[in-house]
Amino acid sequence: MIAWKIGGDQGEGIDSTGDIVIHVANRLGYYVYGYKSFSSRIKGGHTHYKVRLGTHPIQAATRHTDILVALNQETIELEGSELQGGVILADSAFSPVLPPGLDAQLLALPMTQMAKELGSGLMRNMIAAGASAALMGLGIQPFYDYVAKRFGTKGAEVVKANQMALQRGYQALSESAHTLKTTWTLTPPIPADRLVMTGNDAVALGALAGGCRLMCGYPITPATDIMESLVKWFPSVGGAVVQMEDELGSITAAIGAGFAGARAMTATSGPGLSLMQEAIGLAAMTETPVVIVDTQRGGPSTGMPTKQEQSDLLAMIYGGHGEAPRIVITPSSLEESFEDGYEAFNLAEIYQTPVFIATDLSLALWQQSIERSYVQNPVPIERGKIVKTFGSNTSEPFQRYAFTADNISPRTLPGTPGGQYLATGVEHAPSGKVSEAPENRARMMDKRLHKIQSIHSRRQGFLVQGPANADLMLIGIGSTAAVNREAAQLLQQSGIAAAVGWFRTIAPFPHELFASATQGSLHILVVEQNATGQIAQLIQMQGLYDQRFATLLKYDGVPFLPEDVAQYAQQLIASSMEVTH
Amino acid sequence: MATLQDFKTEEKSWWCPGCGDFGVLAALQKALVKVGAEPATTAIIAGIGCSGKIGNYINSYNIHVTHGRTLPAALGVKLANRTLRVLAVGGDGDAYAIGMGHFMHSLRRNADITYIVMDNHVYGLTKGQTSPTSETGFHTKTSPQGSIEAPVHPLMLAVAGGATFVAQGFSSWQPQLADLIVRGMEHHGFSLINVISPCVTYNRVNSYDWYKKTLVNLDEDPTYDRSSRARALTRLEETDELVTGLIYQEASTPYEEKIPGFLKTPLAHHDGHIAQEAWDALLEQFE
Repeated sequence: MIAWKIGGDQGEGIDSTGDIVIHVANRLGYYVYGYKSFSSRIKGGHTHYKVRLGTHPIQAATRHTDILVALNQETIELEGSELQGGVILADSAFSPVLPPGLDAQLLALPMTQMAKELGSGLMRNMIAAGASAALMGLGIQPFYDYVAKRFGTKGAEVVKANQMALQRGYQALSESAHTLKTTWTLTPPIPADRLVMTGNDAVALGALAGGCRLMCGYPITPATDIMESLVKWFPSVGGAVVQMEDELGSITAAIGAGFAGARAMTATSGPGLSLMQEAIGLAAMTETPVVIVDTQRGGPSTGMPTKQEQSDLLAMIYGGHGEAPRIVITPSSLEESFEDGYEAFNLAEIYQTPVFIATDLSLALWQQSIERSYVQNPVPIERGKIVKTFGSNTSEPFQRYAFTADNISPRTLPGTPGGQYLATGVEHAPSGKVSEAPENRARMMDKRLHKIQSIHSRRQGFLVQGPANADLMLIGIGSTAAVNREAAQLLQQSGIAAAVGWFRTIAPFPHELFASATQGSLHILVVEQNATGQIAQLIQMQGLYDQRFATLLKYDGVPFLPEDVAQYAQQLIASSMEVTH
Repeated sequence: MATLQDFKTEEKSWWCPGCGDFGVLAALQKALVKVGAEPATTAIIAGIGCSGKIGNYINSYNIHVTHGRTLPAALGVKLANRTLRVLAVGGDGDAYAIGMGHFMHSLRRNADITYIVMDNHVYGLTKGQTSPTSETGFHTKTSPQGSIEAPVHPLMLAVAGGATFVAQGFSSWQPQLADLIVRGMEHHGFSLINVISPCVTYNRVNSYDWYKKTLVNLDEDPTYDRSSRARALTRLEETDELVTGLIYQEASTPYEEKIPGFLKTPLAHHDGHIAQEAWDALLEQFE
């Protein structure tokens, strides 16, 4: 496995260089993970992009960097400490200096000069990419091919210029290769058919495949990509994206569309979620399907819009006034993001209630590999109980909220003769008519609250990987579950029988499955990116948080690293053994 | 062909005897019959307040939403099924206080929705507080010394905000009101029909008698040019909006007809199918 990083000033094409490296590595058959680890110590114009590539799936960040491409001295100062014996590939134009004590080899190449010789300073990044290709032993042809695909629409000259720059960088590095103290020989990848995308992409693709044809949203980091992707894709399939005036409008328009029978969604983050709460109660009360994606970020208030956090869980489950049932599903990978992207619409229509897809910034924004076969079309579409026709002799008003054995009432879509009814946020009788009768009220509350419980027979709400009788089980959701999966591998390498558990449905809580799946574990560490331990609180509310449980919380905006989780877990096990003995 | 009876429900009214809202309901039902609407293909989105109860009394597909959000809900309904006749109905608080943001943006978005605002210049269901259209000096429970704020001028806002159809009716003048609602429904695009609907319980100032004396019927003025925003604004300014009739109209293309590639058939009936070639082409960007 190699960790490659490029750093420089914003506007120098750092992201696009990273994008090229990640796509080429993926096309070669390597698993990739690309991200920016925002850190409060990095100020001003500095930016960077990091790519991990290897022959096993990678779904998390890491502290370590093997190759650092530095386009300015600041990059060496800020990022150099991540190297332990690695190589800094720097542009000689800024006369790079290796700070004292840094364990790395500095290799300066005249990137700017070569770019100028090629006629454009903008080509410096391509030279850096070409040099990186040589350093990682990836070969130059795959880079040529990718550039031809990516810049093909810009004309043959642009492709040629980029390929020449790649070649110059590749050649320059090859000529200096004998001076390198460290070299990397990656295990050759098994050729595979994978794609590179973000969690937002996967959710949007899932929604599209799942028949979503209306997205009403308001731009907000880190959810906006979903809207931007759908607005690109919808014209070819007849859908519409509406940029609303606010999140109140976004959710309400989606609910109106759900009432009228379209598969509609909105996507937001913390502040938008707060604004949507009243309307989510409306959807729950009127039993109207709607799908909401919450890409969690640092809160409260504006909080930290570009930082990782998982602090909206309780707001998604319990937010708003009154007691309004909703389903909250929690993907932790691209595969699960795609699956939940379409399944959310099935759940919303089957259970006639709001469904949240709860993701987080790291899952939403960072690129990973995914097998093309996972992103399949068509996907199962189930629309739940819809009455399409009535007998001609029916004169009785339609009982939209009829009490049934499974608490789910058949609904009609506007346009169906004889199926007219009133959907109201006011408490109502089975007919839909307003009713405050005590007996009816209690039955309606029970109906709405109980109908979603059968979700657990439809999908596994909690998944486990690893031994049934584990020394330790790491529990999480979203991108933290992915961190835990890598942390468990590290623990296993240290001889600890580690397992990983992650929620696929957090509301309604998968009580029985969770209880049985965690039964055999000696220690259980709940890892969550918030300050109050919201998952742990939910487990406590179920009465399942016993003395085996502990929490590891992080709320500084920086994602967990697998190595840190593994280290904490090892300490936890060691300290508990001290107590025991 | 649906009759007046077809649009009625058996629900008993919660409105006070003499409430202007009865007139709005009656005119709306007459208008629905006149345009040839059917209950099954009519969707009424109602807001919160006395006015919001209107959905209880009309047989159609109705959704009674949160306070101030009738217009986004109506947009969602319209986009989900373009074949439906979509009406949003609410009061002056719903439209011009809590829902003002949606009001302004719905004007410029111009989806084919008919918006009927039942304007009584007071908050009735909460038992008598100042509304955004209350006149300065109006005494209520929340303005015991008289309102110190200037009232909203919804018609001028609508004309200036890009509306393509702006009208005002009076619940007592049934033929004109029903006619305005018909014309609003027949208009391609967003239509605002602000209806003076007196509150007999909490507003003794803006009474039926007061309106009958002050309102000027623009439809009876052959010199009035309803195709000019500037002249509409001038007339509204001169009359302090105390007019009835069609104030402004321009031919327009509704929002849903401008969305690139948008299905002409209802999304609600779409099977979600995507051709395999289209799907494969879409995935190329991730290769």
